Amino acid sequence: MSLLQIDNLTVEFETANGWFRAVDGVSILVNKAEVLAIVGESGSGKSVSMLAVMGLLPWTAKITADRMLFEGKDIQALSGAERRKLIGKDIAMIFQEPIASLNPCFTVGFQIEEVLRIHLGLGKKERRARAIELFKQVGLPNPEERMNAFPHQMSGGQCQRVMIAIAIACNPKLLIADEPTTALDVTIQKQILDLIMDLQARTGMGLIMITHDMGVVAETADRVVVQYKGRKMEEADVLSLFENPKSNYTKALLAALPENATGDRLTTVSAFFDGNPEPAPSAGASAPGAQA
Amino acid sequence: MSDTKTIDTMLEVRDIKRDYELPGGFMKPKKTLHAVKGVSFKLERGKTLAIVGESGCGKSTLARMITFIDEPTSGELIIDGKTMDTRPGHLTSEMRQKVQIIFQNPYGSLNPRQKIGDVLGEPLAINTDLSPAERRNRATEMLIKVGLGPEHYNRYPHMFSGGQRQRIAIARALMMNPKLLVLDEPVSALDLSVQAQVLNLLADLQDEFNLTYVFISHDLSVVRYIADEVMVMYFGEAVEYGTRDEVFSNPKHEYTQTLFKATPKADVESIRARIAAKKAASAA
Repeated sequence: MSLLQIDNLTVEFETANGWFRAVDGVSILVNKAEVLAIVGESGSGKSVSMLAVMGLLPWTAKITADRMLFEGKDIQALSGAERRKLIGKDIAMIFQEPIASLNPCFTVGFQIEEVLRIHLGLGKKERRARAIELFKQVGLPNPEERMNAFPHQMSGGQCQRVMIAIAIACNPKLLIADEPTTALDVTIQKQILDLIMDLQARTGMGLIMITHDMGVVAETADRVVVQYKGRKMEEADVLSLFENPKSNYTKALLAALPENATGDRLTTVSAFFDGNPEPAPSAGASAPGAQA
Repeated sequence: MSDTKTIDTMLEVRDIKRDYELPGGFMKPKKTLHAVKGVSFKLERGKTLAIVGESGCGKSTLARMITFIDEPTSGELIIDGKTMDTRPGHLTSEMRQKVQIIFQNPYGSLNPRQKIGDVLGEPLAINTDLSPAERRNRATEMLIKVGLGPEHYNRYPHMFSGGQRQRIAIARALMMNPKLLVLDEPVSALDLSVQAQVLNLLADLQDEFNLTYVFISHDLSVVRYIADEVMVMYFGEAVEYGTRDEVFSNPKHEYTQTLFKATPKADVESIRARIAAKKAASAA
Protein backbone atom coordinates (compact mmCIF):
# COMPACT_ATOMS: atom_id res chain seq x y z
CA MET A 1 0.00 0.00 0.00
CA SER A 2 1.25 3.43 -0.81
CA LEU A 3 2.04 5.76 2.04
CA LEU A 4 0.78 8.97 0.54
CA GLN A 5 -1.38 9.21 -2.51
CA ILE A 6 -2.55 12.51 -3.92
CA ASP A 7 -4.59 12.62 -7.09
CA ASN A 8 -5.21 15.74 -9.11
CA LEU A 9 -4.40 18.28 -6.42
CA THR A 10 -5.24 21.89 -7.22
CA VAL A 11 -4.52 24.84 -4.95
CA GLU A 12 -5.80 28.29 -5.75
CA PHE A 13 -5.36 31.67 -4.07
CA GLU A 14 -7.59 34.65 -4.55
CA THR A 15 -5.81 37.72 -5.84
CA ALA A 16 -6.94 41.11 -7.10
CA ASN A 17 -6.95 39.64 -10.60
CA GLY A 18 -9.06 36.63 -9.75
CA TRP A 19 -8.03 33.15 -8.67
CA PHE A 20 -4.39 32.28 -9.08
CA ARG A 21 -3.68 28.62 -9.55
CA ALA A 22 -0.49 27.76 -7.67
CA VAL A 23 -0.80 24.00 -8.08
CA ASP A 24 -2.57 22.62 -11.12
CA GLY A 25 -3.65 19.02 -11.15
CA VAL A 26 -0.63 17.44 -9.54
CA SER A 27 -0.63 13.78 -8.54
CA ILE A 28 1.96 12.45 -6.16
CA LEU A 29 2.54 8.98 -4.88
CA VAL A 30 5.02 8.00 -2.18
CA ASN A 31 5.62 4.42 -1.20
CA LYS A 32 6.89 3.19 2.11
CA ALA A 33 10.64 3.68 2.57
CA GLU A 34 10.85 5.60 -0.65
CA VAL A 35 12.63 8.89 -1.28
CA LEU A 36 10.72 11.14 -3.62
CA ALA A 37 12.25 14.42 -4.73
CA ILE A 38 10.10 17.27 -5.98
CA VAL A 39 12.16 19.70 -8.05
CA GLY A 40 11.22 23.05 -9.43
CA GLU A 41 12.11 26.70 -9.32
CA SER A 42 10.48 29.18 -6.99
CA GLY A 43 6.83 29.59 -7.84
CA SER A 44 6.52 26.10 -9.24
CA GLY A 45 4.14 25.11 -6.45
CA LYS A 46 6.37 22.46 -4.94
CA SER A 47 6.12 23.80 -1.38
CA VAL A 48 2.46 24.76 -1.66
CA SER A 49 1.40 21.25 -2.61
CA MET A 50 3.14 19.83 0.47
CA LEU A 51 1.74 22.55 2.73
CA ALA A 52 -1.68 21.54 1.43
CA VAL A 53 -1.02 17.99 2.57
CA MET A 54 0.06 19.25 5.96
CA GLY A 55 -2.97 21.53 6.20
CA LEU A 56 -0.74 24.52 6.79
CA LEU A 57 -2.16 26.80 4.12
CA PRO A 58 -4.27 29.79 5.15
CA TRP A 59 -8.03 29.27 5.01
CA THR A 60 -8.24 31.60 2.02
CA ALA A 61 -6.58 28.97 -0.16
CA LYS A 62 -8.92 26.78 -2.15
CA ILE A 63 -7.69 23.20 -2.08
CA THR A 64 -9.32 20.54 -4.19
CA ALA A 65 -8.14 17.02 -4.82
CA ASP A 66 -9.79 13.90 -6.17
CA ARG A 67 -8.05 11.93 -3.50
CA MET A 68 -5.64 12.66 -0.70
CA LEU A 69 -4.87 9.46 1.15
CA PHE A 70 -2.34 8.82 3.87
CA GLU A 71 -2.05 5.11 4.58
CA GLY A 72 -5.43 4.69 2.95
CA LYS A 73 -7.11 7.26 5.20
CA ASP A 74 -8.65 10.31 3.58
CA ILE A 75 -6.88 13.38 4.97
CA GLN A 76 -9.44 15.79 3.61
CA ALA A 77 -12.24 14.19 5.61
CA LEU A 78 -10.42 14.56 8.93
CA SER A 79 -11.57 17.14 11.45
CA GLY A 80 -9.11 19.75 12.68
CA ALA A 81 -8.38 17.88 15.89
CA GLU A 82 -7.87 14.56 14.12
CA ARG A 83 -5.60 16.17 11.61
CA ARG A 84 -3.47 17.80 14.30
CA LYS A 85 -2.98 14.38 15.83
CA LEU A 86 -1.66 13.09 12.54
CA ILE A 87 0.51 16.05 11.65
CA GLY A 88 3.72 16.18 13.61
CA LYS A 89 3.36 12.55 14.60
CA ASP A 90 2.95 10.42 11.50
CA ILE A 91 3.71 13.16 9.01
CA ALA A 92 6.48 15.57 9.97
CA MET A 93 8.01 18.43 8.10
CA ILE A 94 11.39 20.19 8.09
CA PHE A 95 11.39 23.73 6.77
CA GLN A 96 13.88 25.75 4.83
CA GLU A 97 14.88 28.39 7.38
CA PRO A 98 15.93 26.49 10.50
CA ILE A 99 16.47 29.57 12.66
CA ALA A 100 13.17 31.12 11.64
CA SER A 101 11.14 27.97 12.21
CA LEU A 102 12.15 27.58 15.85
CA ASN A 103 10.51 29.79 18.46
CA PRO A 104 13.14 32.27 19.67
CA CYS A 105 11.46 32.65 23.08
CA PHE A 106 11.86 29.05 24.24
CA THR A 107 14.81 26.75 24.69
CA VAL A 108 15.19 24.04 22.09
CA GLY A 109 14.77 21.50 24.86
CA PHE A 110 11.33 22.89 25.65
CA GLN A 111 10.38 22.82 22.00
CA ILE A 112 11.29 19.20 21.46
CA GLU A 113 9.70 18.14 24.75
CA GLU A 114 6.49 19.85 23.71
CA VAL A 115 6.18 17.44 20.78
CA LEU A 116 6.84 14.44 23.00
CA ARG A 117 4.31 15.65 25.58
CA ILE A 118 1.50 16.36 23.14
CA HIS A 119 1.84 13.42 20.77
CA LEU A 120 3.23 10.71 23.00
CA GLY A 121 2.13 11.88 26.44
CA LEU A 122 5.46 11.05 28.04
CA GLY A 123 6.24 12.03 31.63
CA LYS A 124 8.76 14.69 32.53
CA LYS A 125 11.77 12.42 33.06
CA GLU A 126 11.05 10.22 30.04
CA ARG A 127 10.64 13.31 27.89
CA ARG A 128 14.00 14.66 28.88
CA ALA A 129 15.73 11.34 28.37
CA ARG A 130 14.14 10.88 24.97
CA ALA A 131 14.98 14.44 23.92
CA ILE A 132 18.63 13.95 24.83
CA GLU A 133 18.64 10.67 22.96
CA LEU A 134 17.19 12.38 19.89
CA PHE A 135 19.78 15.16 20.06
CA LYS A 136 22.47 12.50 20.20
CA GLN A 137 20.92 10.78 17.22
CA VAL A 138 21.09 13.91 15.07
CA GLY A 139 24.69 14.53 16.10
CA LEU A 140 24.41 17.61 18.29
CA PRO A 141 27.46 17.98 20.52
CA ASN A 142 26.81 18.11 24.30
CA PRO A 143 23.12 17.18 24.09
CA GLU A 144 22.49 17.72 27.84
CA GLU A 145 23.77 21.28 27.71
CA ARG A 146 22.08 21.96 24.41
CA MET A 147 18.67 21.31 25.98
CA ASN A 148 18.86 24.70 27.67
CA ALA A 149 20.11 26.62 24.65
CA PHE A 150 18.01 29.12 22.76
CA PRO A 151 17.88 29.02 18.94
CA HIS A 152 19.96 32.19 18.60
CA GLN A 153 22.80 30.56 20.51
CA MET A 154 23.26 27.94 17.83
CA SER A 155 24.46 27.99 14.25
CA GLY A 156 22.19 27.38 11.27
CA GLY A 157 23.39 23.81 10.90
CA GLN A 158 22.77 23.06 14.57
CA CYS A 159 19.28 24.59 14.40
CA GLN A 160 18.53 22.39 11.40
CA ARG A 161 19.64 19.39 13.45
CA VAL A 162 17.22 20.43 16.20
CA MET A 163 14.45 20.75 13.60
CA ILE A 164 15.23 17.26 12.35
CA ALA A 165 15.23 15.93 15.91
CA ILE A 166 11.78 17.47 16.47
CA ALA A 167 10.53 16.08 13.18
CA ILE A 168 11.67 12.53 13.90
CA ALA A 169 10.72 12.64 17.61
CA CYS A 170 7.58 10.55 17.12
CA ASN A 171 9.06 8.21 14.51
CA PRO A 172 7.02 9.61 11.61
CA LYS A 173 6.03 7.42 8.72
CA LEU A 174 6.49 10.25 6.29
CA LEU A 175 9.00 13.07 6.51
CA ILE A 176 8.64 16.08 4.26
CA ALA A 177 11.86 18.09 3.95
CA ASP A 178 11.24 21.45 2.31
CA GLU A 179 14.60 22.71 1.03
CA PRO A 180 16.33 21.51 4.20
CA THR A 181 19.80 22.62 3.13
CA THR A 182 19.28 25.70 0.99
CA ALA A 183 20.41 28.15 3.67
CA LEU A 184 23.46 26.10 4.64
CA ASP A 185 27.08 25.82 3.53
CA VAL A 186 28.17 23.00 1.25
CA THR A 187 30.01 21.12 3.98
CA ILE A 188 27.10 21.49 6.42
CA GLN A 189 24.68 20.58 3.61
CA LYS A 190 26.55 17.34 3.16
CA GLN A 191 26.31 16.54 6.87
CA ILE A 192 22.58 17.31 7.04
CA LEU A 193 21.79 15.32 3.90
CA ASP A 194 23.83 12.39 5.18
CA LEU A 195 21.95 12.59 8.47
CA ILE A 196 18.52 12.65 6.82
CA MET A 197 19.39 9.82 4.44
CA ASP A 198 20.87 7.76 7.26
CA LEU A 199 17.73 8.23 9.39
CA GLN A 200 15.57 7.37 6.41
CA ALA A 201 17.50 4.18 5.73
CA ARG A 202 17.42 3.11 9.38
CA THR A 203 13.77 3.89 10.16
CA GLY A 204 12.37 3.07 6.72
CA MET A 205 10.20 6.16 6.66
CA GLY A 206 8.96 7.70 3.45
CA LEU A 207 10.75 10.90 2.53
CA ILE A 208 9.69 13.74 0.29
CA MET A 209 12.62 16.01 -0.52
CA ILE A 210 11.58 19.37 -1.92
CA THR A 211 14.48 21.16 -3.55
CA HIS A 212 15.60 23.26 -6.48
CA ASP A 213 19.11 21.86 -6.44
CA MET A 214 19.69 19.14 -9.01
CA GLY A 215 22.77 18.08 -7.05
CA VAL A 216 20.66 17.31 -3.98
CA VAL A 217 18.25 15.34 -6.15
CA ALA A 218 21.07 13.30 -7.62
CA GLU A 219 22.44 12.53 -4.16
CA THR A 220 19.23 11.57 -2.42
CA ALA A 221 16.23 10.62 -4.54
CA ASP A 222 14.82 7.30 -5.71
CA ARG A 223 12.15 8.91 -7.81
CA VAL A 224 11.76 12.50 -9.00
CA VAL A 225 8.82 14.73 -9.83
CA VAL A 226 9.67 17.85 -11.83
CA GLN A 227 7.25 20.73 -11.41
CA TYR A 228 6.99 23.95 -13.33
CA LYS A 229 4.41 26.70 -12.84
CA GLY A 230 2.20 24.47 -10.74
CA ARG A 231 2.15 21.59 -13.18
CA LYS A 232 3.94 18.29 -13.19
CA MET A 233 6.34 18.19 -16.12
CA GLU A 234 7.84 14.81 -15.60
CA GLU A 235 8.06 11.92 -13.22
CA ALA A 236 10.78 9.33 -13.45
CA ASP A 237 13.23 7.38 -11.36
CA VAL A 238 16.35 9.36 -10.68
CA LEU A 239 18.67 7.59 -13.07
CA SER A 240 16.43 7.83 -16.10
CA LEU A 241 15.67 11.46 -15.28
CA PHE A 242 19.33 12.40 -15.50
CA GLU A 243 20.20 9.97 -18.26
CA ASN A 244 17.25 10.44 -20.50
CA PRO A 245 15.03 13.38 -19.53
CA LYS A 246 11.74 13.37 -21.37
CA SER A 247 10.20 16.78 -20.92
CA ASN A 248 11.74 19.85 -22.49
CA TYR A 249 11.79 21.60 -19.16
CA THR A 250 13.90 18.93 -17.47
CA LYS A 251 16.29 18.98 -20.41
CA ALA A 252 16.55 22.74 -20.06
CA LEU A 253 17.17 22.52 -16.32
CA LEU A 254 19.95 19.99 -16.77
CA ALA A 255 21.51 22.03 -19.54
CA ALA A 256 21.57 25.09 -17.28
CA LEU A 257 23.76 23.35 -14.70
CA PRO A 258 27.16 25.05 -14.73
CA GLU A 259 28.93 21.68 -14.79
CA ASN A 260 27.15 20.82 -18.02
CA ALA A 261 28.29 24.01 -19.73
CA THR A 262 29.54 23.66 -23.25
CA GLY A 263 31.47 26.57 -24.68
CA ASP A 264 31.83 29.77 -22.71
CA ARG A 265 28.15 30.53 -22.15
CA LEU A 266 25.52 28.59 -20.25
CA THR A 267 22.35 27.39 -21.88
CA THR A 268 19.55 29.32 -20.27
CA VAL A 269 16.26 27.65 -19.58
CA SER A 270 14.31 30.21 -21.58
CA ALA A 271 16.50 29.74 -24.65
CA PHE A 272 16.15 25.99 -24.49
CA PHE A 273 12.63 25.73 -23.26
CA ASP A 274 11.11 28.51 -25.34
CA GLY A 275 7.96 28.76 -23.25
CA ASN A 276 6.60 25.51 -24.54
CA PRO A 277 5.51 23.56 -21.50
CA GLU A 278 4.33 20.42 -23.17
CA PRO A 279 3.78 18.06 -20.29
CA ALA A 280 5.56 14.82 -20.75
CA PRO A 281 3.38 11.73 -20.87
CA SER A 282 3.20 10.66 -17.25
CA ALA A 283 5.87 8.09 -16.65
CA GLY A 284 4.28 7.45 -13.27
CA ALA A 285 2.64 4.22 -14.36
CA SER A 286 5.86 2.29 -14.58
CA ALA A 287 7.94 4.06 -11.96
CA PRO A 288 6.16 3.68 -8.59
CA GLY A 289 7.15 0.62 -6.69
CA ALA A 290 9.84 -0.28 -9.16
CA GLN A 291 12.57 0.12 -6.56
CA ALA A 292 13.56 -2.57 -4.18
CA MET B 1 53.52 50.99 -10.18
CA SER B 2 56.90 49.34 -9.94
CA ASP B 3 55.86 45.70 -10.24
CA THR B 4 53.66 45.86 -13.34
CA LYS B 5 56.12 44.22 -15.71
CA THR B 6 54.47 42.11 -18.33
CA ILE B 7 51.24 41.20 -16.60
CA ASP B 8 48.71 43.96 -16.28
CA THR B 9 47.83 43.67 -12.59
CA MET B 10 44.48 45.13 -11.70
CA LEU B 11 44.34 44.25 -8.05
CA GLU B 12 47.06 43.29 -5.65
CA VAL B 13 46.52 42.52 -2.00
CA ARG B 14 49.54 42.18 0.27
CA ASP B 15 49.25 40.51 3.63
CA ILE B 16 45.93 42.14 4.39
CA LYS B 17 44.46 41.68 7.85
CA ARG B 18 41.28 42.66 9.59
CA ASP B 19 40.63 42.36 13.32
CA TYR B 20 37.38 43.09 15.05
CA GLU B 21 37.27 44.13 18.69
CA LEU B 22 34.53 42.32 20.52
CA PRO B 23 33.33 44.44 23.41
CA GLY B 24 33.92 43.00 26.84
CA GLY B 25 31.54 43.32 29.72
CA PHE B 26 31.68 43.32 33.46
CA MET B 27 34.35 40.79 34.48
CA LYS B 28 34.78 39.89 30.82
CA PRO B 29 37.84 41.15 28.98
CA LYS B 30 37.73 42.48 25.45
CA LYS B 31 38.39 39.98 22.74
CA THR B 32 39.95 40.40 19.35
CA LEU B 33 38.54 38.43 16.47
CA HIS B 34 40.94 37.92 13.59
CA ALA B 35 38.53 37.81 10.67
CA VAL B 36 41.16 37.90 7.95
CA LYS B 37 44.66 36.81 8.93
CA GLY B 38 47.02 38.02 6.27
CA VAL B 39 45.85 37.29 2.75
CA SER B 40 47.86 38.10 -0.37
CA PHE B 41 47.02 37.71 -4.03
CA LYS B 42 47.42 39.32 -7.42
CA LEU B 43 44.77 39.54 -10.08
CA GLU B 44 45.28 40.33 -13.73
CA ARG B 45 43.01 42.75 -15.57
CA GLY B 46 40.01 41.11 -17.22
CA LYS B 47 40.29 37.94 -15.16
CA THR B 48 38.11 36.42 -12.49
CA LEU B 49 39.26 35.35 -9.06
CA ALA B 50 36.84 33.17 -7.14
CA ILE B 51 37.00 33.13 -3.37
CA VAL B 52 35.50 30.02 -1.81
CA GLY B 53 34.88 29.18 1.80
CA GLU B 54 32.22 28.48 4.39
CA SER B 55 30.31 31.15 6.28
CA GLY B 56 32.48 32.91 8.82
CA CYS B 57 35.75 32.25 6.97
CA GLY B 58 36.33 35.94 6.25
CA LYS B 59 35.56 35.99 2.54
CA SER B 60 32.96 38.72 2.86
CA THR B 61 35.24 40.76 5.13
CA LEU B 62 37.87 40.54 2.42
CA ALA B 63 35.33 41.77 -0.11
CA ARG B 64 34.42 44.66 2.15
CA MET B 65 38.06 45.66 2.46
CA ILE B 66 38.62 45.58 -1.29
CA THR B 67 35.61 47.83 -1.80
CA PHE B 68 36.68 50.23 1.01
CA ILE B 69 33.63 49.50 3.15
CA ASP B 70 35.91 48.22 5.90
CA GLU B 71 39.32 49.55 6.68
CA PRO B 72 42.06 46.89 6.82
CA THR B 73 43.86 46.61 10.16
CA SER B 74 47.12 46.19 8.29
CA GLY B 75 48.36 45.29 4.85
CA GLU B 76 48.43 46.91 1.47
CA LEU B 77 45.80 47.23 -1.19
CA ILE B 78 47.02 48.12 -4.67
CA ILE B 79 44.39 48.80 -7.27
CA ASP B 80 45.27 49.61 -10.86
CA GLY B 81 48.89 50.21 -9.90
CA LYS B 82 48.15 52.64 -7.09
CA THR B 83 48.50 51.91 -3.41
CA MET B 84 45.20 52.76 -1.82
CA ASP B 85 45.16 54.93 1.26
CA THR B 86 42.25 53.36 3.02
CA ARG B 87 42.22 55.60 6.07
CA PRO B 88 38.86 57.32 6.49
CA GLY B 89 38.84 60.67 4.75
CA HIS B 90 41.72 59.79 2.45
CA LEU B 91 39.66 58.04 -0.19
CA THR B 92 38.90 60.06 -3.27
CA SER B 93 35.70 59.56 -5.20
CA GLU B 94 37.83 58.61 -8.19
CA MET B 95 39.22 55.64 -6.27
CA ARG B 96 35.77 54.64 -5.12
CA GLN B 97 34.44 54.72 -8.67
CA LYS B 98 36.94 52.13 -9.81
CA VAL B 99 35.63 49.46 -7.46
CA GLN B 100 32.01 48.45 -7.08
CA ILE B 101 30.29 45.68 -5.18
CA ILE B 102 27.22 43.54 -5.83
CA PHE B 103 25.64 41.89 -2.82
CA GLN B 104 24.09 38.50 -2.37
CA ASN B 105 20.54 39.42 -1.66
CA PRO B 106 18.96 41.56 -4.36
CA TYR B 107 15.86 41.93 -2.16
CA GLY B 108 17.83 43.62 0.58
CA SER B 109 20.24 45.75 -1.41
CA LEU B 110 17.70 47.92 -3.23
CA ASN B 111 15.73 50.69 -1.54
CA PRO B 112 12.06 49.67 -1.77
CA ARG B 113 10.92 53.28 -2.07
CA GLN B 114 13.28 54.31 -4.85
CA LYS B 115 12.37 53.92 -8.49
CA ILE B 116 14.79 51.91 -10.60
CA GLY B 117 15.64 54.94 -12.72
CA ASP B 118 16.62 56.84 -9.59
CA VAL B 119 18.62 53.89 -8.28
CA LEU B 120 20.71 53.98 -11.44
CA GLY B 121 20.83 57.78 -11.72
CA GLU B 122 21.96 58.38 -8.15
CA PRO B 123 25.67 57.56 -8.61
CA LEU B 124 25.75 59.95 -11.57
CA ALA B 125 23.97 62.69 -9.64
CA ILE B 126 26.51 62.40 -6.83
CA ASN B 127 29.71 61.97 -8.81
CA THR B 128 29.16 63.86 -12.05
CA ASP B 129 27.56 67.08 -13.15
CA LEU B 130 25.46 65.52 -15.89
CA SER B 131 22.07 67.08 -16.53
CA PRO B 132 18.96 65.13 -15.47
CA ALA B 133 18.17 64.34 -19.10
CA GLU B 134 21.63 62.91 -19.68
CA ARG B 135 21.41 60.89 -16.48
CA ARG B 136 18.13 59.49 -17.66
CA ASN B 137 19.66 58.51 -20.99
CA ARG B 138 22.61 56.82 -19.36
CA ALA B 139 20.36 54.92 -16.95
CA THR B 140 18.11 53.76 -19.78
CA GLU B 141 21.11 52.60 -21.82
CA MET B 142 22.37 50.62 -18.86
CA LEU B 143 18.95 49.02 -18.33
CA ILE B 144 19.02 47.77 -21.90
CA LYS B 145 22.59 46.58 -21.50
CA VAL B 146 21.70 44.31 -18.57
CA GLY B 147 18.71 42.87 -20.40
CA LEU B 148 15.91 45.02 -19.02
CA GLY B 149 13.97 47.66 -20.93
CA PRO B 150 13.26 51.42 -20.88
CA GLU B 151 9.77 50.64 -19.59
CA HIS B 152 11.33 49.51 -16.31
CA TYR B 153 12.71 52.97 -15.57
CA ASN B 154 9.78 54.11 -13.43
CA ARG B 155 9.13 50.90 -11.55
CA TYR B 156 9.88 50.02 -7.95
CA PRO B 157 12.04 47.07 -6.81
CA HIS B 158 9.08 45.02 -5.56
CA MET B 159 7.74 44.84 -9.11
CA PHE B 160 10.71 42.73 -10.22
CA SER B 161 11.67 39.10 -9.81
CA GLY B 162 14.84 38.03 -8.02
CA GLY B 163 16.84 37.64 -11.22
CA GLN B 164 15.71 41.01 -12.53
CA ARG B 165 16.64 42.67 -9.24
CA GLN B 166 20.10 41.17 -9.44
CA ARG B 167 20.36 42.66 -12.95
CA ILE B 168 19.42 46.04 -11.49
CA ALA B 169 22.10 45.68 -8.82
CA ILE B 170 24.61 44.85 -11.57
CA ALA B 171 23.46 47.86 -13.59
CA ARG B 172 23.85 50.14 -10.60
CA ALA B 173 27.36 48.87 -9.99
CA LEU B 174 28.29 49.52 -13.63
CA MET B 175 26.95 53.09 -13.80
CA MET B 176 30.30 54.64 -12.88
CA ASN B 177 32.28 52.48 -15.33
CA PRO B 178 34.20 50.60 -12.64
CA LYS B 179 37.23 48.51 -13.47
CA LEU B 180 36.95 46.05 -10.65
CA LEU B 181 33.73 44.40 -9.60
CA VAL B 182 33.40 42.49 -6.36
CA LEU B 183 30.50 40.02 -6.44
CA ASP B 184 29.51 38.68 -3.05
CA GLU B 185 27.54 35.48 -3.74
CA PRO B 186 25.65 37.11 -6.62
CA VAL B 187 23.72 34.02 -7.70
CA SER B 188 23.21 32.01 -4.53
CA ALA B 189 19.74 33.48 -3.95
CA LEU B 190 18.65 32.70 -7.49
CA ASP B 191 17.02 29.70 -9.15
CA LEU B 192 19.04 27.50 -11.45
CA SER B 193 17.40 28.85 -14.59
CA VAL B 194 17.88 32.47 -13.55
CA GLN B 195 21.38 31.74 -12.30
CA ALA B 196 22.44 30.75 -15.81
CA GLN B 197 21.10 34.02 -17.23
CA VAL B 198 22.90 36.17 -14.66
CA LEU B 199 26.18 34.27 -15.09
CA ASN B 200 25.94 34.73 -18.85
CA LEU B 201 25.27 38.42 -18.38
CA LEU B 202 28.34 38.74 -16.17
CA ALA B 203 30.46 36.97 -18.79
CA ASP B 204 29.13 39.27 -21.54
CA LEU B 205 29.83 42.37 -19.50
CA GLN B 206 33.32 41.17 -18.68
CA ASP B 207 34.08 40.76 -22.38
CA GLU B 208 32.59 44.11 -23.28
CA PHE B 209 34.18 46.30 -20.60
CA ASN B 210 37.27 44.21 -19.80
CA LEU B 211 36.13 44.02 -16.20
CA THR B 212 38.03 42.28 -13.44
CA TYR B 213 35.88 40.20 -11.10
CA VAL B 214 36.40 39.07 -7.55
CA PHE B 215 33.68 36.44 -7.30
CA ILE B 216 32.74 35.15 -3.88
CA SER B 217 30.82 31.92 -3.76
CA HIS B 218 30.41 28.66 -1.96
CA ASP B 219 29.06 26.84 -4.99
CA LEU B 220 31.95 25.01 -6.58
CA SER B 221 30.12 24.20 -9.79
CA VAL B 222 29.61 27.93 -10.41
CA VAL B 223 33.22 28.65 -9.48
CA ARG B 224 34.52 26.03 -11.86
CA TYR B 225 32.50 27.59 -14.62
CA ILE B 226 33.36 31.25 -14.10
CA ALA B 227 36.79 31.50 -12.45
CA ASP B 228 40.28 31.87 -13.86
CA GLU B 229 41.88 31.67 -10.45
CA VAL B 230 40.56 30.19 -7.24
CA MET B 231 41.36 30.98 -3.63
CA VAL B 232 40.02 28.83 -0.82
CA MET B 233 39.67 30.50 2.56
CA TYR B 234 39.35 28.75 5.88
CA PHE B 235 39.20 30.55 9.23
CA GLY B 236 40.56 33.81 7.86
CA GLU B 237 43.45 32.30 5.96
CA ALA B 238 43.96 31.51 2.31
CA VAL B 239 44.64 27.79 2.46
CA GLU B 240 44.75 27.23 -1.26
CA TYR B 241 45.42 29.57 -4.14
CA GLY B 242 46.05 28.81 -7.76
CA THR B 243 44.59 28.67 -11.23
CA ARG B 244 41.26 26.97 -11.58
CA ASP B 245 42.68 23.88 -13.19
CA GLU B 246 45.38 23.49 -10.57
CA VAL B 247 42.92 23.74 -7.70
CA PHE B 248 40.24 21.55 -9.24
CA SER B 249 42.54 18.83 -10.55
CA ASN B 250 44.83 18.65 -7.55
CA PRO B 251 43.43 20.14 -4.35
CA LYS B 252 46.23 20.17 -1.79
CA HIS B 253 44.73 21.39 1.44
CA GLU B 254 42.56 19.10 3.53
CA TYR B 255 39.71 21.59 3.69
CA THR B 256 39.60 21.97 -0.09
CA GLN B 257 39.34 18.22 -0.41
CA THR B 258 36.49 18.16 2.11
CA LEU B 259 34.78 20.87 0.14
CA PHE B 260 35.05 18.92 -3.09
CA LYS B 261 33.74 15.80 -1.45
CA ALA B 262 30.79 17.67 0.05
CA THR B 263 29.65 19.13 -3.26
CA PRO B 264 26.72 17.15 -4.64
CA LYS B 265 27.49 15.47 -7.92
CA ALA B 266 24.78 15.49 -10.54
CA ASP B 267 26.33 13.17 -13.11
CA VAL B 268 24.87 9.85 -14.11
CA GLU B 269 27.90 7.86 -12.95
CA SER B 270 27.66 9.00 -9.35
CA ILE B 271 23.91 8.39 -9.27
CA ARG B 272 24.52 4.84 -10.48
CA ALA B 273 27.14 4.33 -7.80
CA ARG B 274 24.82 5.66 -5.12
CA ILE B 275 21.92 3.43 -6.16
CA ALA B 276 24.19 0.43 -6.30
CA ALA B 277 25.49 1.19 -2.81
CA LYS B 278 21.95 1.57 -1.53
CA LYS B 279 20.85 -1.73 -3.03
CA ALA B 280 23.82 -3.45 -1.48
CA ALA B 281 23.07 -1.90 1.91
CA SER B 282 19.42 -2.94 1.88
CA ALA B 283 20.28 -6.46 0.75
CA ALA B 284 22.80 -6.92 3.53
